[in-house]
Amino acid sequence: MSATESRAARLRGLGRGAAPYLLSLPSWAYLTAFFVVPMAAMLSMSLATGNPITGYVFSWNFAEFGRAVSQYDTQLLRSFGYGALSTFITLVLTYPVAYWIAFYGGRHKGTFLFLILLPFFVSFVIRTLAWQFILADQGFLFGTLKQLHILPERFYLLSSTTAVIGGLVYNSVAYYILPLYVALEKIDRRVVRAAGDLYASPVATFWKVILPLSAPGIFAGFLLVFVTNVGDFVNAAVLGGPGTTMIGNIIQYNFFDAQNYPMAATLSSILMFLLIVCIYVYARIFGAEQIQEYAA
Amino acid sequence: MTDEKSPNKGFRLDDPAFIRGLTQPRLTRRGVLGAGAMGMAALAMPRFAHADSGAMPIPLDAKWEKWWKQQKPTKELVFANWPYYIDVTDDGKKHPSLDNFTKATGIDVKYLETIQGNAPFYAKIAPVLKSGQSIGNDIIVMTNTWQLTELMMQDFLVPLWQEKLPNFFKNASPSVISPDYDKGNKYTVTWQSGMTGIAYNPKLTGREITSFEDLWDPKFAGHVGMMSDLTELGSAAMLKLGIDPAKSTPEDWKKAAAILEDQKKKGIVRQYYDQSYITALENGDTWITQAWSGDVFQAHAKGFKDLKFIVPKEGVMLWHDNMMIPKGAKNPLSALEWMNFYYTAETAGLIEDYVNYICPVPSAQAYIKDVIKDADVADSPLVFPTKEMYAKTHDFYTFKSFDEYQAWQSTFSPVVQG
Amino acid sequence: MSGVPSTLDEGRRGPARWLLAVYSGLFLIYTLVPIAVMITFSFNQAPNGRVSLRWIGFTLDSYRHAFAIADLTTALIHSLVVAVVAMIASVVIATPLALALARYRFRGKSATDVVIFADIAAPAVVVGASLLSLFLTLNLPRGLFTIFIAHIAFDIAFAVVVIRARVATLDPALDRAAADLGATPWVAFWTVTFPLILPGIIGAGMLAFALSIDDLIITSFVAGQTLTFPLWVYGAVKTGIPPQVFVLSTLIFLGGALIAVLNSVLAHRAGRRAAA
Repeated sequence: MSATESRAARLRGLGRGAAPYLLSLPSWAYLTAFFVVPMAAMLSMSLATGNPITGYVFSWNFAEFGRAVSQYDTQLLRSFGYGALSTFITLVLTYPVAYWIAFYGGRHKGTFLFLILLPFFVSFVIRTLAWQFILADQGFLFGTLKQLHILPERFYLLSSTTAVIGGLVYNSVAYYILPLYVALEKIDRRVVRAAGDLYASPVATFWKVILPLSAPGIFAGFLLVFVTNVGDFVNAAVLGGPGTTMIGNIIQYNFFDAQNYPMAATLSSILMFLLIVCIYVYARIFGAEQIQEYAA
Repeated sequence: MTDEKSPNKGFRLDDPAFIRGLTQPRLTRRGVLGAGAMGMAALAMPRFAHADSGAMPIPLDAKWEKWWKQQKPTKELVFANWPYYIDVTDDGKKHPSLDNFTKATGIDVKYLETIQGNAPFYAKIAPVLKSGQSIGNDIIVMTNTWQLTELMMQDFLVPLWQEKLPNFFKNASPSVISPDYDKGNKYTVTWQSGMTGIAYNPKLTGREITSFEDLWDPKFAGHVGMMSDLTELGSAAMLKLGIDPAKSTPEDWKKAAAILEDQKKKGIVRQYYDQSYITALENGDTWITQAWSGDVFQAHAKGFKDLKFIVPKEGVMLWHDNMMIPKGAKNPLSALEWMNFYYTAETAGLIEDYVNYICPVPSAQAYIKDVIKDADVADSPLVFPTKEMYAKTHDFYTFKSFDEYQAWQSTFSPVVQG
Repeated sequence: MSGVPSTLDEGRRGPARWLLAVYSGLFLIYTLVPIAVMITFSFNQAPNGRVSLRWIGFTLDSYRHAFAIADLTTALIHSLVVAVVAMIASVVIATPLALALARYRFRGKSATDVVIFADIAAPAVVVGASLLSLFLTLNLPRGLFTIFIAHIAFDIAFAVVVIRARVATLDPALDRAAADLGATPWVAFWTVTFPLILPGIIGAGMLAFALSIDDLIITSFVAGQTLTFPLWVYGAVKTGIPPQVFVLSTLIFLGGALIAVLNSVLAHRAGRRAAA
């Protein structure tokens, strides 16, 4: 081995050692500057005391956490409840569609998928507003039914838990159908056929083979949709009523109306913490690589 | 029904002539709802205290006088206001009042409709002003709420150079001169005032509405709209209890919160609304709702002609939206120039004939009647209130400190957020 | 179409298949209902300059004046510019990290994973507020530039996840083979790896674009006086939206539909050619 050769080899070795760091550098720099640092500052705000006139000062004040939990426990629980329920409903609604496209879509798979995702070209604010239009008490749907005396005059659906969860479900359809489709599409059809030969019943094939094989998609979608829905406030604001306030609405209220930044930051920290716990538990059970792989 | 204007029956504002005037398409009568009306802080307005005002400009202190005299005239003005809160041509592209101003002064106006709520707008600009930067606006419009008090307490506003506002002192209604929330008009002059009463759909309520009691009527369960703004919400409950909000105590607040909680528990409240309450009323989601004067007449123009606005027998809340100059404004002299230009019968009249809240320039009444030839607006007690009308108005509670404001907020927020 | 069949044997599951097809059709209708409402009402007269729930009468006026509201048009342009910039920048920044995470074990890898997760899991309100305080500290005037920064920050995490998934499916031996053939890592990347992960990069870019163009909450914090399309619309919702909002959205939607149709036609042709 000549000197130059060994030098080149050493360089390559060094390059290989440094490569991941060099490759990570741009993202690290960016995320540190524009995510980690502001986030840390934000979280430190939850320990501050003061008021908007005098300003807020950092003071290791953990009292806000106790106050946040005792004051807003209902809304926290409600958000996680709404999040879980809406995510589950979305799963049940979208799974058959993803299944049909993946297994029976033929060469039009891409087109079908695109058609399902097409409504999401329209801003979610407008889509949510459109539901408000459709479900209005005297709108063309309920108004007509009321005139025909199919529905009682007092009947309404807006301003209710049902409406909020309905809105959350509708707005998460795209986020669930994609990971499900990806997972189902990956399943080797020969395995399915072999299973069909073994179990004979299509139902058994589905429960024992297809469902477990699509589990990564189910869990990736669950995580993505759940996280988005727990922190949402637009659906509750547009479609909700008394008793449907979610933690996102409370955080927004504390930022914009009450100017109680420590409370807003505290609630944000609690929400982040609880979500990260969810993700951690998931990662422990199903392996982090799978979330990475399917989350999008 | 329309002549039942006896004070104890509630002043009827749905006089057919009045509504006709407001709904005929003179100009496209687009929205007015902007008004925000989340009135909060001080007013305890000295009604007619200055009858035909002997008010005089108050001199600036030395520091600000020096500052103002250093300013150079510019040919630009950035004016941030609420949506649908100024006259507009049919195609929606031009504001004649602003064009007149440009013609008269050579100052180009950049008119922005970026303010959608007092609290959110304050939350957006406060950090910027606190860091000593410019928010890019020369005039902003804020209601007499806690946030306005806060802007003053935080020293975020430029004191007005009142010598440059002769029209204000000549033409302003006594009701907007030296209000309690800004003594001596040190920082603000009013853009529009307005009232918070009740609006309803007679077809759905099936009867006439006269009182705040009606907002608690179980017959309307699931179809009563209340405001999510906590000052409006709490004040309405106090009027129902016969308490004057301006003189209320924390004890009264608790009583008011209790009846509001009760109203919610019984399933009477449909929802706590922001400005969108008017859409809910139009769509039939609510049958009866807390409402700002003006919005209902917009709804008429949109085709919802059944809706009515009333001043309940217990009275109404009165609020003011005010123009002011934030610190860091690049064109302060242009801002003064506009304020002065606004306080003329011609400009205020032109805008009022479109906006229909309460005009701060009484002489605009004659201008609207004789020049614009719109007697219905000119004669409306909503736009140019009579003394009897003013007698029915109440002021919001004046928060003296952040702690007080927070006490109010924490009394009423569980009602809305439960 | 040899090898793994892409569809299942049809004969066996006939009824289930048709049931699924009908259900999927109904589901498609469900997703399209709000869109149909939006399109219908874009043809409703709006005498007050705002959309009314009541049907007043058919008109094309709103289409004739689709761009009459200058602020709304500008907001739409802002949204498009932001989405494109954020898409390109986030993919450029995220791709190297995705490669590193998928191919190497290194110190800080799990910390990086945590940060990426946190970025995805962070409630939008928190992200927006924290960035605003940063910009204020830095004396950065808010506008398009700060919107770019914020959007890139949340797009990166999603882009990394998508691209990484694609890289993970590649055989690392390919790179080694390229190296053995004398290619420098740089050349190997552009000639071997890049073409293979391109679908992942495109997917990540599309996701970033979609996330950016629809973001409301984070943007509302960092936008200053600049308005994007969702911001403008959400503001207008409170006072009643002008018909132009429906018109522009309808046009965007139809643009998307057109792409779908073209895609279908091309797939059909490609299919026929393959069959022939």
